[in-house]
Amino acid sequence: MFVRRNPQLNKNDELIHLLSIEGLPQSILTHILDTAGTFLSVNERDVKKVPLLRGKSVFNLFFENSTRTRTTFEIAAKRLSADVINLDIARSSTAKGESLLDTIANLSAMHADMFVVRHGESGAPYLIAQHCAPHVHVVNAGDGRHSHPTQGLLDMYTIRHYKKDFTKLTVAIVGDIVHSRVARSDIHALTTLGAPEIRAVGPKTLVSGDLKEMGVRVCHDMAEGVKGADVIIMLRLQNERMGGAMLPSAGEYFKTFGLDAEKLALAAPDAIVKHPGPINRGVEIDSSVVDGTQSVILPQVTFGIAVRMAVMSIIAGNSA
Amino acid sequence: MSGRILISNARVVDPAGGRDGAGAIAIDAGRIAFVASGDKADPRLRDFTAERTLDAQGAVVIPGLVDLVARLGEPGHEHAGLLESELAAAVAGGVTSLVCPPDTDPVLDEPGLVEMLKSRARGLNLARLYPLGALTKGLAGEALAEMAELTEAGCIGFSQADIAVKDTLVLHRAMQYAATFDYAVWLRPNDAWLGNGVAAKGPLATRMGLSGVPVLAETIALATIFELMRDTGVRVHLTRMSSAAGLELVRRAKAERLPVTCDVSIHQLHLIDVDIGYFDSAMRLVPPLRQQRDRDAIRAALADGTIDALVSDHTPVGEDAKHLPFAEAEPGATGLELLLSAALKWGESSGLGLARTLAAVTSGPASVLRASSPSLGEGASGLVDGAVADLCMFAPDEAWTVSGETLVSRSKLTPFSGYELPGRVRCTLVAGAVAYDAIR
Repeated sequence: MFVRRNPQLNKNDELIHLLSIEGLPQSILTHILDTAGTFLSVNERDVKKVPLLRGKSVFNLFFENSTRTRTTFEIAAKRLSADVINLDIARSSTAKGESLLDTIANLSAMHADMFVVRHGESGAPYLIAQHCAPHVHVVNAGDGRHSHPTQGLLDMYTIRHYKKDFTKLTVAIVGDIVHSRVARSDIHALTTLGAPEIRAVGPKTLVSGDLKEMGVRVCHDMAEGVKGADVIIMLRLQNERMGGAMLPSAGEYFKTFGLDAEKLALAAPDAIVKHPGPINRGVEIDSSVVDGTQSVILPQVTFGIAVRMAVMSIIAGNSA
Repeated sequence: MSGRILISNARVVDPAGGRDGAGAIAIDAGRIAFVASGDKADPRLRDFTAERTLDAQGAVVIPGLVDLVARLGEPGHEHAGLLESELAAAVAGGVTSLVCPPDTDPVLDEPGLVEMLKSRARGLNLARLYPLGALTKGLAGEALAEMAELTEAGCIGFSQADIAVKDTLVLHRAMQYAATFDYAVWLRPNDAWLGNGVAAKGPLATRMGLSGVPVLAETIALATIFELMRDTGVRVHLTRMSSAAGLELVRRAKAERLPVTCDVSIHQLHLIDVDIGYFDSAMRLVPPLRQQRDRDAIRAALADGTIDALVSDHTPVGEDAKHLPFAEAEPGATGLELLLSAALKWGESSGLGLARTLAAVTSGPASVLRASSPSLGEGASGLVDGAVADLCMFAPDEAWTVSGETLVSRSKLTPFSGYELPGRVRCTLVAGAVAYDAIR
């Protein structure tokens, strides 16, 4: 039977896995953000390494393709002096029919210390964390629609960098929230860190009324959604949404819920615009906004490496 | 062969007749000779020489349980369950008659296959097996199955199991054809397109990023079924209800006197969406676990008779099939051995009394079975003189813990794993022979 206690925390309430932002206390989130800050300076040095994970093996298990996220994790692990092994799951034994748990068991036998897992199904990292050896740590790099905790943390780091105080912010998250693990992680992080107003903006087919139970205000009008916002987080629109009868076309989506200069002008004058990437220019966001002064899309990348270094070093230091 | 058996010192509970009191049951040649009340010395007891006496001190004796939804693993899923193991699990749970859906592999649309299944089950001398035939060939929802041939082979009704018929014209015609011969149609109300998802649509599924099945999938399917019933006059039994809104529609259909009955599974009676916890695949079930208000409505509907029967929804699943991320895990759980305890546990909080509580697993489903197949023959007959002696003796004050060690079924996976449940079966008789004895 599954444990009801939060599997991410050990008996002393220390983080041993990072599976989801939900259920983590504010103190842990703040600790991760503060630690990430110290690692930023490492990335500016000539020798960009610290020995915190020396001798440890980090296995990247990506069941879903992602060059960007996998590369950031790889860089982060190497800067901590860990040995990194990337597993190409499509060509691996899983494609030959080996079960997920057998794959994990085999890799654990090769003395893996940490698994960074991205999987197409919500909840997969919980299954892995439940079945791997006690000293092995699991970092969720994205599971289905459920959670992308390191992205959520990096979004919070970025917001804190530019805006300092969460307790005064109005944040608008725009787009395909129903299918977005990034949106869910952002919502949990913002509510935990005390943001007073979080808006979920999009058409009814992509933004469900159920979301309000997560602590957000649901808006089906873009102008209303971004009005006075301090932070606007734009989500990528996937082509499958047109195929699934959720939207008629990318063009109509851009007209009704895309972020252009005119809509941005409704937000707070010093509002920042974020996007977890990859960006579909002209679909969810206009090029002029992407390249404009309010966009913080590029600096996120450096923050991402520092946040992942922080997460890995913190969990590796705590025992089950 | 079974001879003369006396069950003495029993508390005899007969939900059909409302009897609940001290008594004894005399069995002769596999049938109930008579049921004696304990409060006056019954002269028939003096004249009855028992070859064997079963002392039911501290136990309750009821008609054997009737389970309207139990999959047995055969044919097609033998790695998870076999007739031998699952029918043994049935009697270990006090179940003496069970109905299996046609979604075996191959599908039960061949009279020969049905005959084979019935004959093998008979030979095991465990619980009685009443198969449902496929409504359409291969359950594909296109061509009608040979309902008359299948009935002759032993089918007690026709079903689509969990595969909704998409084409309303085909469904209409299938019901018309069934109504021609007074065959009953057993359907799980679920819209083919809206009904896809691994959890119940709602705030929890949204939070967890799991595809959700809205209540609409059940209510839209029910509205269609009731309209077709009004037009064709066919009898329908609705299996595995899940929502408050759906039950309200059933209530209205019954008030309108449509020939409809329905059941609910032990999972929907006791569990809700929140019990999924951290993506526990033991909770991956069809229909999905809904919310608190749906469970409350289910409990009220079982108490007021809107729901006619409680079922185990027994579905043997191999461990490997559950050790997967939630959406990929195979839905289902073992349940035959939990049916009695699940009813008793509900009874504890409902305040209904033992006879009324147990009606949900004895007289209620027996009525559904007999309405579905009026020429049923033996079995599911209750505590009536001359009826076959299908009985369950259980200790209501003893509890047991659900675990791999205590379960007889080949499949040990259930959301109730680790739970301590009320009511331990002491022995089960089928046709007057002891099919299960806890002491052995």
